[in-house]
Amino acid sequence: MTLWTTVLLASGLAFALKLLGYVVPHRVLDGPVVSRVAAMLPVALLSALVAVQTFTGSGGGLTLDARAAGVAVAVTALLLRAPFLVVVILAAATAATLRALGWG
Amino acid sequence: MPVQEPALGAQRRREVLRQCLSVGVASGAYAISFGALSVAAGLSLWQTIVLSALLFSGASQFAVVGIVAAGGSGAAAVATSTLLGLRNGLYGLQTSRLLGVSGLRRVAAAQLTIDESTAVGIAQPERAAQRLGFWGTGLAVFVLWNALTILGALVGNALGDPKMYGLDAAAPAAFCALLWPRLKSGDTRAVAAVSAGIALVVAPHSPAGIPVLVAALAAVVAGLLPSRRASVNDVPDAGR
Repeated sequence: MTLWTTVLLASGLAFALKLLGYVVPHRVLDGPVVSRVAAMLPVALLSALVAVQTFTGSGGGLTLDARAAGVAVAVTALLLRAPFLVVVILAAATAATLRALGWG
Repeated sequence: MPVQEPALGAQRRREVLRQCLSVGVASGAYAISFGALSVAAGLSLWQTIVLSALLFSGASQFAVVGIVAAGGSGAAAVATSTLLGLRNGLYGLQTSRLLGVSGLRRVAAAQLTIDESTAVGIAQPERAAQRLGFWGTGLAVFVLWNALTILGALVGNALGDPKMYGLDAAAPAAFCALLWPRLKSGDTRAVAAVSAGIALVVAPHSPAGIPVLVAALAAVVAGLLPSRRASVNDVPDAGR
């Protein structure tokens, strides 16, 4: 699969899914189970992405580096109710500073 | 509660628009790191632009770029992106009801159906504010997301390795911030912990992108379990 095929296929499927929500008759997918899955899916996916992007190296092996410190600072900022932008900037700044000091 | 919602007052209109804009700016900043990471992963400027304009769903875009950067297959990138995009379809089931759109407006509404527009839309108490919140946020995010993606891609190219600036920590931190408001109940915390654990156990033994797919099973299982538990509780003396 070329990079362009990947980009266009992912884009087409993403739009098809979005449109599906607008064309499917409401009764078909409307139920407590579907709405439970709908609520849990983003939680599971986001959490898995955070874990993988923070703790795995390029080969998929587990590593502990400057990214973990950055995310730890982000979590602390979130606990202190910092806005989105501050959280992201603090994480990046932490990782960048540690790398500049020669760690991770 | 009135049956027919009147037009919004100027005060409420300003309130909702301010929410739309602040969400647009916050997620736009995240587009800068997307643009930079995308070109660093080896995607061209145009491929990066197309992802933001057509795919237009942050988590899916980051997944595609992350898997490509890690040397994963195109199929894994498309599969992960699509699985992440499933929730947009589920959001559409809700937003289509409050928007009541058809034709080209429906196509536009579908493309703008993402976490942010849905969240701001359905958070409003009145129907008119729900519509304004959805369209206002969707358009604000779309414009800023695409503009700042280009900036990130250009600046990212000029600046070199994004690791030096900690951009590889910015992406998981942003996911963390998107995840945070959803962790209010014990159920969601358990799902988050289990899926993170599953992903880390699977990661060393599978190609990039697969751990997240496997972890998504945690969500499906969690979605199915409570209904079973509820039906068990319906029966007296069933116990647990």
